[in-house]
Amino acid sequence: MPSGFLAAAYIAASILFILSLGGLSHQERARRGNIYGIAGMAIAIVATVSSDQVSNLGLVMVLMLIGASAGIYVALKVQMTEMPELVAILHSFVGLAAVMVGFANYVDPSVHFEGVEKTIHDVEIYLGILIGAVTFTGSVIAFGKLRGLIMSKPLLIPARHFINLAGGLACIWLGAWFLDAGSVGAGLFPLIIMSIIAFAFGVHMVMAIGGADMPVVISMLNSYSGWAAAATGFMLSNDLLIVTGALVGSSGAILSYIMCRAMNRRFVAVIMGGFGTAGGTTSSAAEAGEVQAASAEEVAEMLKNAKEVVIVPGYGMAVAQAQHAVSSVTTKLREAGVNVRFGIHPVAGRMPGHMNVLLAEARVPYDIVLEMDEINHDLPNTDVALVIGANDIVNPAAQEDPDSPIAGMPVLEVWKAGTVVMSKRSMAAGYAGVDNPLFYKENTRMLFGDAKDSVETILKSIT
Amino acid sequence: MKIGVPKEIHPDEKRVATTPDVAKQLIDLGYDVAVESGAGTSASFNDDAYRAAGVEIIDDTTALWESADIILKVRAPEDHPELGLHEAELLTGGKTLISFIWPGQSTDLMARLQATGATVMAMDAVPRISRAQKLDALSSMSNIAGYRAVVEAAQHFGRFFTGQVTAAGKVPPAKVMIIGAGVAGLAAIGTANSLGAIVRAFDTRPEVKEQVESMGAEFLELDYEEEGSGEGGYAKEMSPAFIEAEMALFMAQAREVDIIITTALIPGKPAPKLITADMVNAMRSGSVIVDLASEQGGNCELTVPGEVTVHNGITVIGYSDFPSRLPAQSSQLYGTNIRHLLAELTPEKDGAPVVNMEDDIIRGVTVLKDGEKTWPPDPPIKLSAAPKPQKKAPPPPVSKAEVKKPGGVVTMGLLAIGIILILALGTVAPPAFMAHFTVFVLACFIGWQVIWNVTPALHTPLMSVTNAISGIIVIGALVQIGADSWIVVILAAVSILIATVNIFGGFLVTQRMLHMFRR
Repeated sequence: MPSGFLAAAYIAASILFILSLGGLSHQERARRGNIYGIAGMAIAIVATVSSDQVSNLGLVMVLMLIGASAGIYVALKVQMTEMPELVAILHSFVGLAAVMVGFANYVDPSVHFEGVEKTIHDVEIYLGILIGAVTFTGSVIAFGKLRGLIMSKPLLIPARHFINLAGGLACIWLGAWFLDAGSVGAGLFPLIIMSIIAFAFGVHMVMAIGGADMPVVISMLNSYSGWAAAATGFMLSNDLLIVTGALVGSSGAILSYIMCRAMNRRFVAVIMGGFGTAGGTTSSAAEAGEVQAASAEEVAEMLKNAKEVVIVPGYGMAVAQAQHAVSSVTTKLREAGVNVRFGIHPVAGRMPGHMNVLLAEARVPYDIVLEMDEINHDLPNTDVALVIGANDIVNPAAQEDPDSPIAGMPVLEVWKAGTVVMSKRSMAAGYAGVDNPLFYKENTRMLFGDAKDSVETILKSIT
Repeated sequence: MKIGVPKEIHPDEKRVATTPDVAKQLIDLGYDVAVESGAGTSASFNDDAYRAAGVEIIDDTTALWESADIILKVRAPEDHPELGLHEAELLTGGKTLISFIWPGQSTDLMARLQATGATVMAMDAVPRISRAQKLDALSSMSNIAGYRAVVEAAQHFGRFFTGQVTAAGKVPPAKVMIIGAGVAGLAAIGTANSLGAIVRAFDTRPEVKEQVESMGAEFLELDYEEEGSGEGGYAKEMSPAFIEAEMALFMAQAREVDIIITTALIPGKPAPKLITADMVNAMRSGSVIVDLASEQGGNCELTVPGEVTVHNGITVIGYSDFPSRLPAQSSQLYGTNIRHLLAELTPEKDGAPVVNMEDDIIRGVTVLKDGEKTWPPDPPIKLSAAPKPQKKAPPPPVSKAEVKKPGGVVTMGLLAIGIILILALGTVAPPAFMAHFTVFVLACFIGWQVIWNVTPALHTPLMSVTNAISGIIVIGALVQIGADSWIVVILAAVSILIATVNIFGGFLVTQRMLHMFRR
């Protein structure tokens, strides 16, 4: 088969991938977009396999069959609340594959370059393995944290910044050594040492980041997996890999940026780990007053009598698996003529768009699920704002208290609604460790208890 | 400790200081509760209901006062018509009386009570702080009064409140003006609004505008600048010029509206006369005025306290007992207010009250402590309703150009550095690399443009689909699997395996998710 055909297939695949991402601009076109992505992937793989670059077809078929079955099994079985874990572990696969392809390419005796080309090629291998290794272990740790296998609290080793710096310098030094190495055997040693350092760096980096910063971490690892693929593309001189890697890389970078902006934090600060460790700790407790508790039955009554209701879900809803009950309450209230809408903060949950997926799973129509900026100006006209398992994203201190660690973070202004109902397990502070003055506002009612139980009791009282 | 609840003796007073439900909660606080026989009858709580709640029923008034350590009442003590003595005489040292007292207006009563050596807590002296809202009996009663005022108005108004278009013709909606947007005013706004009337409200405190509008009324404004917020969130007296402007507004409204409900009170002062006889005469025949301030003399010149009078076809309702006209509701809310006070007094729930004068709430309500006068308390420390008007400081004079310039310079600088770096790379790198590099940079820009258009709701599917397409790395492994070195084959094989998991898992789970997004 002529090599022009392969290049043409790759161009087609690239275009389909771009269309696939472009399709996600709207829910209605999104499914078609995904089909484009599948088509692009199929074209790329079939064209590659049928080209003369690939032999050993039998083995390839067996491997792909196994991989496909595993992928299909996982994709069908995964709960929507577990999406962040799935995404994290899939990132780690890309990272691991990038490391392996890099090593394979380096030790492959059939690959031969000279002069500047050799240097560039070696730099590409080195970078590909470095990024891939960090992505791999970082994603594995993120998976562990999301799964609850590893404590989600940030692990703050003393002098961690120096350890990171030392690791970085070591990688540069090892890189110079690697480039100087005369033979494959001599270069392998610094390459392996560097991989170990990169693996350790990936572990350390994600260990230092706490649970609620996960949206940033996942987006960042998404970005890294893309850059790893792009570096592999340079190494193999494969434009399709470069294009795809660049698309994925910039996608992750934009998501990280959006998430950081939503928390009013700098990307570097998130990656360095910890929260508010530098500044003075919590705000003055002068505001602390008495909270007013309400029973689920009372809340049901309030919701029934309201005209405008806004529900603000947070990670607590995902943990308690309350989305189906919330959806049923929404349906009942909408049947009764109550205008129920949802307000989603960009960092609610553990990954970008987490809440939207959960609500979609529970069959909440997407056109009543609004973003923070869309719903904020409607909150003053809202009768009841029901906050389920969220805390920092509705904290008025972000706007009112300039000394607060979360000052300036955009928040959902639920306190402007007639009544705010906070469904929470306890009075504990949110992830940021900041006391929430919202609890003590006159128009706030606390609904204590597990989110799912509370919402189900509300559901019973409404019907 | 024993709590005693005597029957109210004020003529036509139908309320009672505790209901069976509240009594049960008082028993939970560790108290014994006794109620005078028949005390709750006019509020529809009979003796049996109290007995069922575990309350002792005592027939004899004197015996009740004697046996109880804490007396709960609604109205302030007064002459007992049957016993022929003043209720204060039944109170002795060591006992506690909790009721409305009005210590500012009733000097004689205060002197009498002081002579007994008892502790007296006035439910009308609850401080206006957020924490004390749940025992603010004035607010509870005002809320009921506001509601009842509209019901009374509807009773005397010969027409619908709501507008209708019927087969028999069009009915215009009633127009209601409410003066004073305190608790009673807001309750009246809400009630009138829900009956379908067009509601307007006036208040001297501009900060209540938002509350008025939130209840569905139009806020009437004057073309006159004066701040009407007094101490503790109540209104204060206004200047003559202001009052003149106000009167002109009321006159204009009187010609137009069907119902006027006045709720204007200034603490410790007679009610301001806001509706003159001229204004009443300017109203249409059949109109109704409800004067909620009648007990303090009334906001309307023609109000006869306690009575309903008709002038030129305009009904003026001057009842002074609106809360008592919804006795079951007001007893329940008042009882709950008292229960909250007792809960504050007995933090240990052991039935032994502790009069902790360090506590803002308890300090506020206690007007006599063991015969010693503790009223008035120090001025309120913190306000909840009305924050001080904020003097807007002029924004620091920073010119926009100054702010923007550095940003622009930095961007330009970065761009310049980037271009120089690429040029430098171009001088050493082979053309093949530069071709790939071109593709890379362009792809980054395309990605940047495309991803910004992704709706935030689909960020999770975005991540899973990018997961799937980054499985394209399988191509790198595919071209290596035919290598001669077994180690390369193994590495490539593992890569193919896991990358395939990514491709299939990623696309399939994305499809699953996108399938769920429906309208």
